[in-house]
Amino acid sequence: MSLQGLSFVTRPLSGWGRYPVERCHIFRPEKRAEVAAILASGAQRSYVSHGLGRSYGDAALNHDGGVLWHTRLNRLLSFEASSGVLECEAGTSLAEILQYFLPRGFFLTVTPGTKFVTVGGAIAADVHGKNHHKDGTFGNFLLDFKLLTPAGELMVCSPTSNPDIFWATLGGMGLTGVVLSARIRLRPVQSAYVWVDYQKARDLEEALRLMDESDYRYQYSVAWIDCLAAGKSLGRAVLMRGNHAPAEQLPSRVRNPLARPSQRSWNLAFDLPSRLLNSLTVGAFNALYYAWHRNVANQLVDFERFFYPLDAIENWNRLYGKRGFVQYQFALPLEGGHAGLTAILERLARSRRASFLGVLKRFGEANAGLLSFPLPGYTLALDLPVTNGLVPFLHELDRLVLSSGGRVYLAKDAVLNAESFASMYPKLEQFREIKHRLDPQGLLSSSMARRLGIVEK
Amino acid sequence: MPSVLILGATSAIARAVAAEFASHRYDLILAGRDQEELSALAADLNLRYGVRTKTHLLDVLDLEGHEASLGTCLVEAGEALEGVVLLVGYLGDEAAARTDPREARRILDTNFTGCVLALNIIANHFEQRHKGFICAVSSVAGDRGRQSNYLYGSAKGALSIYLQGLRNRLHHSQVRVVTIKPGFVDTRMTFGRPKLFLLASPDRVARGIYQAVVRGKNVVYLPWFWRYIMLLVRAIPEGIFKRLRT
Repeated sequence: MSLQGLSFVTRPLSGWGRYPVERCHIFRPEKRAEVAAILASGAQRSYVSHGLGRSYGDAALNHDGGVLWHTRLNRLLSFEASSGVLECEAGTSLAEILQYFLPRGFFLTVTPGTKFVTVGGAIAADVHGKNHHKDGTFGNFLLDFKLLTPAGELMVCSPTSNPDIFWATLGGMGLTGVVLSARIRLRPVQSAYVWVDYQKARDLEEALRLMDESDYRYQYSVAWIDCLAAGKSLGRAVLMRGNHAPAEQLPSRVRNPLARPSQRSWNLAFDLPSRLLNSLTVGAFNALYYAWHRNVANQLVDFERFFYPLDAIENWNRLYGKRGFVQYQFALPLEGGHAGLTAILERLARSRRASFLGVLKRFGEANAGLLSFPLPGYTLALDLPVTNGLVPFLHELDRLVLSSGGRVYLAKDAVLNAESFASMYPKLEQFREIKHRLDPQGLLSSSMARRLGIVEK
Repeated sequence: MPSVLILGATSAIARAVAAEFASHRYDLILAGRDQEELSALAADLNLRYGVRTKTHLLDVLDLEGHEASLGTCLVEAGEALEGVVLLVGYLGDEAAARTDPREARRILDTNFTGCVLALNIIANHFEQRHKGFICAVSSVAGDRGRQSNYLYGSAKGALSIYLQGLRNRLHHSQVRVVTIKPGFVDTRMTFGRPKLFLLASPDRVARGIYQAVVRGKNVVYLPWFWRYIMLLVRAIPEGIFKRLRT
């Protein structure tokens, strides 16, 4: 292997929340064989894979250690139109998949709220979307993947082949090995549009009632919640729920049902002052957002606007300025879920910490992923700017989440401590056992793994 | 549909060039040493652009084997083959090459001799047909020897001169010869190296290569400003240049 394949760049790196920022040694392999060579080279003590950097915290960071950028290992390998099965390298982004396959009539069966995520990242976090109540997670449509183990072995993993490793890797934050390629099942669709019903809910109670009652009618369901509204308006929300639009139902002005509508995008080219987003400005925005929406049904919305509203603003994370922000997402089980959400929203409103709209969804059945986040119940995601006292505040929320039997989402997390993590994820011991078997030397490690006590410091 | 042969197809620039030609409806013949990478690349380009892709094993360093492997490849490509893009390069370890003749040979053979022997075969092929294009990627490093990469630079410089002569010879047969001189490009060749500037993306360079070919240019610096940077660099008197820490 030539010397060039092992060169690296030492740079400060951060997740999407731009907090924390850590010095990492970044490798950028351009050939698949280089990944194994880098792992075997001894150039760094440990490595973690990095896709498009949309995890918010330190999941894809490795302080003073190696980081593998997969962005150039992004080739499409095969596609079978009859089954919708696509095989591609782990660095392929969901955006690329949509770019090439939506025109052919295929959509992602499960997609998170941004398309700038790699297939490898989607597996590592076992991402979910607005359709978990019907379809589950990304892993539910993952047929198999090829994992490069720390020992240098290439293993095919699926629910029937090396299943223990499959379920450890799904949601395993890249700690079991390096996923080099995967086969996923795409969903046939007739158009690039979704029929959406918008409904306002006065408060959390009404939002949850509406979701519980009628989510079954929708493939996709999400509620945008005003986290600053207090008192009677606690948890007032706008529900957006929809189904794929069949081609024959589209109005005649739509010439090509599968074409992406023209994409206007804006780029936030610089950081906004950190204090711009505070409880006053954000509170005002949230109130306006809620007021502006009306109860309307059967709105034809293009897939970009419905699934990826924030992707239109490149670098939207700059809204929070240089200090960055933390996204806090948690899931609560059905039983006691209402009460748990109410308690957390009340605590949040009292704190006057400026959270833009929170995102509320219902979760359906969990899968067998050992560290997979979703469990049947509710999930709420909020952005919080990094200001004084944020970490203790979040730990307080952690305790509230724990007392309701819930857990925090690792793909967003930046501050959870090892103790709380262990309580939230009862299958941690099983994961550790498989991890130790595959990686006794701890070749795969990340700042998150050490913070959460998954690996030794 | 017309086709193009790309030699050294597995590098980042080559991949971008292949994609650029494919997006303009060219079928692709991808030649290189690494079959696994070539197959993945061929599959990817076929899936993204819907063009036909073929792979061909070819090692520029296998100096005796060119006639057999490259010759066959050209014949098989048939009448549809419009031209060839040669993207073979090896930066090497110049420090090691000072004492290790094998490394020195490798730098020279990969960047010059191997390319020339391959280009000879390609030139003969197109000369007989009185049409086509030959595009080879040299480097700004070939414009002036400097202490940190003069083995690479001299090989690329020699390649540029060879291409000049070839351009002269083949002009009379209506075959275009295009010399591409990229500056610093963001690939594994430059990744992690300090003191680089104005790093261009492989996509940008690939677009420039495609434009240069279709517009029948002779010598193209990519991005364009390197032409003027190198003009200045070449203008520095040797008496001064030799004192610099380049």
